[in-house]
Amino acid sequence: MSEAKKIILDSAEPARLELREVSAGYDGKLVLHDVSFQVPHGARVAVVGPNGAGKSTLFKVLVGLLPIRSGEVLIHGLPLGAHQDCVAYVPQRNDIDWRFPVTVSDVVMMGRFRHLARLQRASIHDRAIVLHCLEQMRIANLAKRSIGELSGGQQQRVFLARALAQEPHILLMDEPFTGVDAATQEATLALLDDLQAQHVTAMISTHDLNLTASRFEHVLLLNHQVVAYGLVSEVFTPQTLGQAFSGQVLMLPNGMALVDECCPPAEHEAKVI
Amino acid sequence: MIEWLMKPLTYEFMQRGLLASTLVGVLCAVVGCYVVLRGMAFLGDALAHAILPGVALAYLLDGNLLLGALIAAIVVAVLISFFSRQGTIKEDTAIGILFAAALSLGVLLISSIRTYAVDLTHILFGNVLGVSGDDLFITAVLGVVVLGIIALFFREFLVISFDPVLAATLRIRAERFRLLMLILLALTIVVSLQTVGVGLVAAMLVTPGAAAYLLTRRLSSMMIVAALIGAVSSVVGLYLSFYLSVASGAAVVLTATLLFLLAFLCAPARGLLPRWWHTRSTRRTQTRTA
Repeated sequence: MSEAKKIILDSAEPARLELREVSAGYDGKLVLHDVSFQVPHGARVAVVGPNGAGKSTLFKVLVGLLPIRSGEVLIHGLPLGAHQDCVAYVPQRNDIDWRFPVTVSDVVMMGRFRHLARLQRASIHDRAIVLHCLEQMRIANLAKRSIGELSGGQQQRVFLARALAQEPHILLMDEPFTGVDAATQEATLALLDDLQAQHVTAMISTHDLNLTASRFEHVLLLNHQVVAYGLVSEVFTPQTLGQAFSGQVLMLPNGMALVDECCPPAEHEAKVI
Repeated sequence: MIEWLMKPLTYEFMQRGLLASTLVGVLCAVVGCYVVLRGMAFLGDALAHAILPGVALAYLLDGNLLLGALIAAIVVAVLISFFSRQGTIKEDTAIGILFAAALSLGVLLISSIRTYAVDLTHILFGNVLGVSGDDLFITAVLGVVVLGIIALFFREFLVISFDPVLAATLRIRAERFRLLMLILLALTIVVSLQTVGVGLVAAMLVTPGAAAYLLTRRLSSMMIVAALIGAVSSVVGLYLSFYLSVASGAAVVLTATLLFLLAFLCAPARGLLPRWWHTRSTRRTQTRTA
């Protein structure tokens, strides 16, 4: 492969999350080929790539929703599944029944289920954590509301609060900035800063190269394979971007790259970095 | 009034009937909450009809009718999940095929029985007033077992019903709990046969749960309210049956239906009338401000 692929995150910290030549896909189609990278303790990594590059697939593999064809995933040096609840996942779209009779605080409390004893009510400690997570996402005032009564951005924040309540070591968010209001985007970014202070490892997939460049230190450029991985300044070069987005990137003479994301239907946007 | 209420209780068959139908009313209502929320109403109805060949076979072999019913229900439940898991046909298609096949097999077997079978008609239409002491005991034991399992795995069932993705990240074995749910449903249906019969079990599963859904906003309170509606319908239905000399199962189901209609019209947040009132009053304020 290219030179770019050899950029490896340099850190003295032990790797908290490591993928070794992982391949995965659906039915006959392989979406990820030989993906290998390490995320050190407490890093915040943006996962960037064209549509269909396997960003969501990567996350599904990491939470055990999709079986691995070959290779291995190690968390704290142990294979996937050895830890019961150290990875939290906020999917891009929640395929849930929004009319289900649960309140906002019920949903966030689900994040505590692994910590609760069978047949026992949630302890004061668990309730305090739930309340804290709701406050952090600025939705404590909605605690008693039904999940179906909320707006899209508020619903997103409920699921972020739930992921937070899981007290994960690794947090995965799939496109948390797509189609949400400014308040939710800000709350999400503030949450990421807090998590970084607590040394929680976070991987966030996004289309927004601008946001990646301004708010992330590390980026994983994915297009079925790892195109490049490392510091934003090293990864975001015309060469690697061109490789990742192939035909969808336009290089401007002054060193700017224009990424045209024409693939999602009814969504035609250009982003400049 | 007191005398009116006490009179049926002087008969032993009414005491047993009331106890049995209250138990079944509560059990069906609680399990029914999952039936309503997971859209399994068709499955519930199909399972109820699918027990027919098991009952007929048990009758022919002089075996225990309830046991025959239970085996048939579980076999059909497992077959439905087998056929639809292959992904080649949709679940409701699989249910439709197996339900009709099982029902036909049951009818075939029953038509081969020459003698008039009173027991079989009781399975079909229920006969709560013919409940024996043993029946009541079996109903109570199975009821406690089913409710106990639902309480024990409340959080698991909640998560697999509400958010399968979270269930996977929490490493909850969703397939196993889905099968357990099917078995609990089969048990509930079989236990209910004596009171409401094959034809009306589905109503006892769905109606109290649907009414409770309109009145509550949390699963635990939905279950409690559904259980109350199930119990009240059973008792009221049985009194109606006693004084009006009408079929008990039908009286119970129609009482539950009436309670559902009340909830549908008057439920504070989701009812038809409060919503209509709300839109009307907001429209009025809008026109007034305009």
